[in-house]
Amino acid sequence: MDSVRSDPSDSFLALKILVAGGFGAGKTTLVGSVSEIRPLSTEEQLTEAGRPIDRLDGVEGKTTTTVAMDFGRISIHEDLSLYLFGTPGQNRFWFMWDELAQGALGAVVLADTRRLQDCFPAIDYFEHREIPFIVAVNCFDGARSYSETSVAQALDLDPQTPVVMCDARHRASGKEVLISLVEHAGRVHEDRLAAGGPMI
Amino acid sequence: MSDSTPHWYDDDAGPVVRLYAMTAGRARPSSEAFDLMAVVRAQPREAGEVDETVLSPEQRELLALCSREPRPVAEIASDSGLPLGVVRVLLSDLLTAGQIRVSRPVPPAQLPDARILREVINGLRAL
Ligand SMILES: Nc1nc2c(ncn2[C@@H]2O[C@H](COP(=O)(O)OP(=O)(O)OP(=O)(O)O)[C@@H](O)[C@H]2O)c(=O)[nH]1
Ligand SMILES: [Mg+2]
Repeated sequence: MDSVRSDPSDSFLALKILVAGGFGAGKTTLVGSVSEIRPLSTEEQLTEAGRPIDRLDGVEGKTTTTVAMDFGRISIHEDLSLYLFGTPGQNRFWFMWDELAQGALGAVVLADTRRLQDCFPAIDYFEHREIPFIVAVNCFDGARSYSETSVAQALDLDPQTPVVMCDARHRASGKEVLISLVEHAGRVHEDRLAAGGPMI
Repeated sequence: MSDSTPHWYDDDAGPVVRLYAMTAGRARPSSEAFDLMAVVRAQPREAGEVDETVLSPEQRELLALCSREPRPVAEIASDSGLPLGVVRVLLSDLLTAGQIRVSRPVPPAQLPDARILREVINGLRAL
C-alpha cells in the first residue's frame, strides 16, 4: 500500500451513508428520491456457503453472481459529496455489508410497520458494529400508523436511536431523514470523543 | 467489453471469461487500497507525455472518468458500468503505471468533524 498516497492537497471528501432495511422497505425509492440513482455492480463468486472467494479466476465457477446495489450521489459542494448505498437485501450478500459499513458516516434503516421484524438483522448489524443509525418508518398507504415511541419499543432500540416517520417517495421527506441521520451521527461522535472511548 | 466477443463458451460462464480476460486473470488487489470511498484522480500530465496506447480501452475509460474531477472508486465503477472487482484490478494497474493518484478515505475516527457535518446538513437543506 506504499503507493497509495495521502496527499493533503486532495481535499475532495466523499462520505458514505448506507440505506438498509427489509425486502421492499423502500430502499431504492429513498435513494432515488434524494439523489441521482444509478446501479453499482459487483461481480461476486460465491462458494456453496455463500461466502465470496477472493480471486477472479475459475472459469468453472458457476456461482458467479452480479450483485447490483443502489448507488446515488448528493453533491454538497465542489469538495464534498455524500454517497448513498442501498444495501443488498438478500441474506446471502451479508459479506458485502462489512465493506459497505467500513468508514460509513451512518445508516438509515427503513422499516415497514407491516413487517417490522424484517429490519431486525440490519439493526443488529449496525448496533454491533457501532455504526450510528436511525430508523425511518416508511409510511406505506394502508399501514397502521404507529408512534415513534411504539416503533422504538417494538424494535428494542437504544433510547438515543432516533425514529423518524417518512415517505420515501418524497424528496423533502427523504432529505429530512438524511438530516436526522447526520445530526445523530454528529452526536454519537461527540459522545464518543467525550468518553474517550474507541472510535468505530 | 464488446458484444462481438465470441460466445463459444457456456453462457453461464461467459461473463466470467470476459472479465477474466480483461484483468488478465489476476487476483484482485486488496479492497483496502481501493476502498469504495478512496478518491482517485488522474495524474496531471504534460500534453503528449502519456503513451495512452499502452493502456487498454477499459483503462483509458477509467482514466477519463477521473481526469476532470476526483471521484471515489465506487463512483468510477458505477459510471463505467464495470463490476467493482474488475475496476479495482484496472485501477491497480493504472496506479502502478503512475497514471492515477489514490488518496485514502478519511479514517472514521476523524470523519465527522463538526464543521463538515454542518456543511452537509446545510447542503441537504438547500437541495
Ligand atoms: N405508499 C408508499 N409506497 C412506497 C413508499 N416507499 C416505497 N414505496 C413503494 O414500495 C415498493 C417497494 O419499494 P422499493 O424502493 O423498491 O423497496 P426496496 O427496499 O428497494 O426493495 P428491494 O430492493 O426489493 O428489497 C415500490 O413499489 C415503491 O413504489 C412509501 O413511502 N409509501
Ligand atoms: Mg431495491
